[in-house]
Amino acid sequence: MLSILKKEINSFFSSLVAYIVIAVFLIFIGAFTWVFRDTSILYFNYAGLDPLFQFAPLVFLFLIPAITMRSFSEEFQRGTMEFLFTKPLTDFQLIFGKYLANLVLVVIALIPTLIYYYSVYQLGSPKGNLDFGGIMGSYIGLFLLSAAFVAIGMFASTLTKSQVVAFILAVFLCFVMHWVFSFMAKLPMFIGTLDDIINRLGMQYHYDSMSRGLLDTRDIVYFLSIIVFFLYLSFVSLEKRKW
Amino acid sequence: MSIIVENLTKSYGPQKAIDEISFSANKGQILGFLGPNGAGKTTTMKILTCYMPQTSGTAKVCGLDVVTESFAVRQKIGYLAEHNPLYLDMYVKEYLKMVAGFHKIKNSKKRVDEMIDFTGLSREQHKKIGALSKGYRQRVGLAQAMFHDPEVLVLDEPTSGLDPNQLKEIRALIKSLGEEKTVILSTHIMQEVQMLCDRVIIIDQGKIVADDPIDSLANRVSSSSVVYVEFEDACPVNLLSDINGVDNVKKITDRKFEVYSTGSEDLRKSIFNKAVKNSKVILEMRMEDLSVEDVFQKLTNN
Repeated sequence: MLSILKKEINSFFSSLVAYIVIAVFLIFIGAFTWVFRDTSILYFNYAGLDPLFQFAPLVFLFLIPAITMRSFSEEFQRGTMEFLFTKPLTDFQLIFGKYLANLVLVVIALIPTLIYYYSVYQLGSPKGNLDFGGIMGSYIGLFLLSAAFVAIGMFASTLTKSQVVAFILAVFLCFVMHWVFSFMAKLPMFIGTLDDIINRLGMQYHYDSMSRGLLDTRDIVYFLSIIVFFLYLSFVSLEKRKW
Repeated sequence: MSIIVENLTKSYGPQKAIDEISFSANKGQILGFLGPNGAGKTTTMKILTCYMPQTSGTAKVCGLDVVTESFAVRQKIGYLAEHNPLYLDMYVKEYLKMVAGFHKIKNSKKRVDEMIDFTGLSREQHKKIGALSKGYRQRVGLAQAMFHDPEVLVLDEPTSGLDPNQLKEIRALIKSLGEEKTVILSTHIMQEVQMLCDRVIIIDQGKIVADDPIDSLANRVSSSSVVYVEFEDACPVNLLSDINGVDNVKKITDRKFEVYSTGSEDLRKSIFNKAVKNSKVILEMRMEDLSVEDVFQKLTNN
């Protein structure tokens, strides 16, 4: 598994993928958080990192599928899957190695935003006047959300040898899992009946709940189940391709 | 027996890529797989290397089943796939180190250097694989296949697209490997089979049509023989066709003939005697063996 992890990380950093992902994420998030008048913290009247956590899922919606679309599609396309499948590697090593590599890249992109935390901490009046618990919860929520997006993207990538198809499919699935349920819950036909249940099926509900600084085991279990579910689907899909 | 295949079948929908094939191979043997395109050579190899499972039948490598003991089989087998899939953006050494990781080989640095030496990659070892020519990429593929010193090597068209010098070197490499390992290789090139292999399996439309030691392959097709004769001066055809046992004489020019017979006796003696009797001078006379190429065409032509 370590050798797969190493292979993937090397390939991220020896091609432009890693640098572009990190740069694009930081530029977008930086602009939303500090520059654009509508969303910038500087125009708010209190110290917080709300724009970061509000827009990060949106940026990840496109960025994470762009990272994960390579995972298997590229190997299928180039025929290198035949090489990997005939080496003494288990499917678990293959999937989990690639999963960790993708996740590591996302985390590397997230780490520089800790500077934002420090800046806002300094800008608070009085200094340090911000909701530490809320921000910690949000970071954990964002990490779990990206981990879930990566799992979804990897699954999409096991389905096809076309990276474009894998990308579009992953964006669609991530969008459905995160946003669509909370939109559906607002449909008149569900209000007062099923709206709460539908809301809880989507990631947004759990993400928002964590953003409030409330670490509820139910939210964590929800995200972990999503991750395990899609990794399991990837496993099944890979087996299918072999048979 | 390092490889035992019994009644192996692989179907893609209604179409059978291979149909009930059985064969076995021993250590120290180079087994050649011949067959027209789409005959099922690659499918057989993919099953043996655990890339995909068969529809029915069994295949065993070193006594291990390719489906139920796939992981152990993959540790014992080295595989060079047909189009030699490589990571073009990796450096040669980086790639081989990764392979070492897959096989959990300790002291990988030493082994990488050994393999680079063995496959003649020394001059190119610091390059990216994408920058290598086809022949050198093929060597990287071979290095990868042999890295863990496997007991069985499966090479799918290992010499396709190489220049004559590279061909010679890669063939010598394979020949030397065949001395202590079991090698299965597929190819389109007939001379290669004659040069390299101890045994040939000819597959056509998913079925084995011949499985013979290379020397006895020719006898298999028919017992007919051809004698090529060249006289000093023009010679009438009936001089040759009157000889006992001759079925047919093909006149190439006035002086050159091909004499066909289906009998088992050697015609050359009677031709010589007849020529002496008629005071004809023979400049050249040779018995022509059916080449693997002819056998191949005969067996795979329906």
